[in-house]
Amino acid sequence: MAIPKVLGIETEYGVAGGPQNDPIAASGLLVSSYAHVGGRFINWDFRDEAPGSDLRGTTLLTSIAPLVETHLANAVLANGSRFYVDHAHPEYSSPEVRTPRQAVLYDLAGEEILRRAMLGANRETYSGDAVVVYKNNSDGKGNSYGCHENYLVRRDIEFTDIVKCLVPHFVTRQVMVGSGKVGWETDSASSRRPVFQVSQRAEFFEEVVGLETTLKRPIINTRDEPHGDHERFRRLHVIVGDANSSQVATFLKLGTTGLLLALLEDVGIATLPPLPVDPVRAIHTFAMDTSLTSVEEFTDGKMYSALDIQEWLWRSVNSYLSTHSGDAVAPRSEIDEIMSYWRSVLDGLRSDVSSMSSLVEWVAKKNLISSYAQRHALAWDDVRLKAIDLQFHDLRPEKNLAARMGFTEMFNQGEIERAVNEPPEQTRAYFRGRCVSQYGDSVVSANWDSLVFGLKNGELHRVPMMDPMRGTAELTRELLDRCNSAEELITALGM
Amino acid sequence: MAEQEQKRKNIAGEGQGSETTSAATTAGNSEKLKNDMDALLDEIDTVLEENADEFVRSYVQKGGE
Repeated sequence: MAIPKVLGIETEYGVAGGPQNDPIAASGLLVSSYAHVGGRFINWDFRDEAPGSDLRGTTLLTSIAPLVETHLANAVLANGSRFYVDHAHPEYSSPEVRTPRQAVLYDLAGEEILRRAMLGANRETYSGDAVVVYKNNSDGKGNSYGCHENYLVRRDIEFTDIVKCLVPHFVTRQVMVGSGKVGWETDSASSRRPVFQVSQRAEFFEEVVGLETTLKRPIINTRDEPHGDHERFRRLHVIVGDANSSQVATFLKLGTTGLLLALLEDVGIATLPPLPVDPVRAIHTFAMDTSLTSVEEFTDGKMYSALDIQEWLWRSVNSYLSTHSGDAVAPRSEIDEIMSYWRSVLDGLRSDVSSMSSLVEWVAKKNLISSYAQRHALAWDDVRLKAIDLQFHDLRPEKNLAARMGFTEMFNQGEIERAVNEPPEQTRAYFRGRCVSQYGDSVVSANWDSLVFGLKNGELHRVPMMDPMRGTAELTRELLDRCNSAEELITALGM
Repeated sequence: MAEQEQKRKNIAGEGQGSETTSAATTAGNSEKLKNDMDALLDEIDTVLEENADEFVRSYVQKGGE
């Protein structure tokens, strides 16, 4: 039986400006300026982190684990998220949420937090250029940074089945959820030299399955850090996606992938499409063809386009939902919304690609850039078109182009404001967020699966949160309402 | 290849008959977007970074993840 698809999105933002134009300093300034108004500096407890652990069961000695940079700014926010400096980028790791809709909402909350952090940082910047933040995935010069999705998966599911389930999807979903890019920047694109690509990230992928995230990036990442009970859970760490400005794109990215994982856990892979013969070539082919007509050979010996495979996946999930509720992913009304958007986007892309500009981000960007090029009689390699591509993702409201595209919106400003300040209610993020709000001075360290409280008598108490589905509002609201201090909380917990 | 063409048609054909209710407001939006494109391009001319060459050249990020 499928377990709840607890979800999260980690976004590394592009950053420019700041003291000496140093991205680490700029990122630190963003986090520290925001922590003063909306969060707490809390030590991150790295006890739980093992980025070198491999889901396939071995740890590859050649893999490079991220450096543990404990001196860099780290804040845990009242909405249960983590906002910190990851290498040379500000990263917002959303709180764990229970449904794709909530994933969209807490991703939007992250954008709002970055905008406020930018305002704060630029009040404190006394020299150099203003700090500017971009929600994109590459600089156009061969450097990429990620937007990672996380899905809770049953530990007893065979990893090879996860690969078979998701490779066809990850190679083709970009036609619905890619955020688009002018030009190309890696060797993988040098033979085709595309003027515009469906995905920001696809050309950076060089392997099918692997542990790396910065070199030889794999379509399926095997990092094994469940941030929970190792016996019961995997956390599938997905690195292949683009950061999205279209809310429906984020919704579809999480919704379709979550549904396929629920299908895998409930009924297995029998109804799913075959794999491409060469998945790496296929992800590049589909990224570099905006007509969406290119086909690739699959292991059944036949040729399919990205849309053919998405049609197949939609039909498999639709059929699964005739016998299963899908409640591992979301309530039925939300499932219907995912399936309906998925259907509309596939039909729209097949009949008239350019009609999809209010839902599909790469289509909106391409329409905009082609219209601009036409108006000013510019060639596709004109630098002004690349400037529009970058500025599309500039988070400053006065500069941001994505916000001017008329994308369908799923949440209003009031809902986003609330998600900036309050945690989601249906996961352990609720307990984390409320504890940071109420007992912040007593929280000495935190990570995804525990909080450590320092009491006035000098005692330290670790509160473990090994199940992402516990620590919810339903289970802890009354307790948290009742306890006015960390001391009272620890006593009430019987610790 | 002929078989593939046929297959694609079948898949697409099956899709046509299915529910497209709540999300099908997109045609109206995109029509509006087309009408608004001229206004949008005017606006972009005013907000676009002034020195596109310098802006694009100096946007250099370190790899992440």
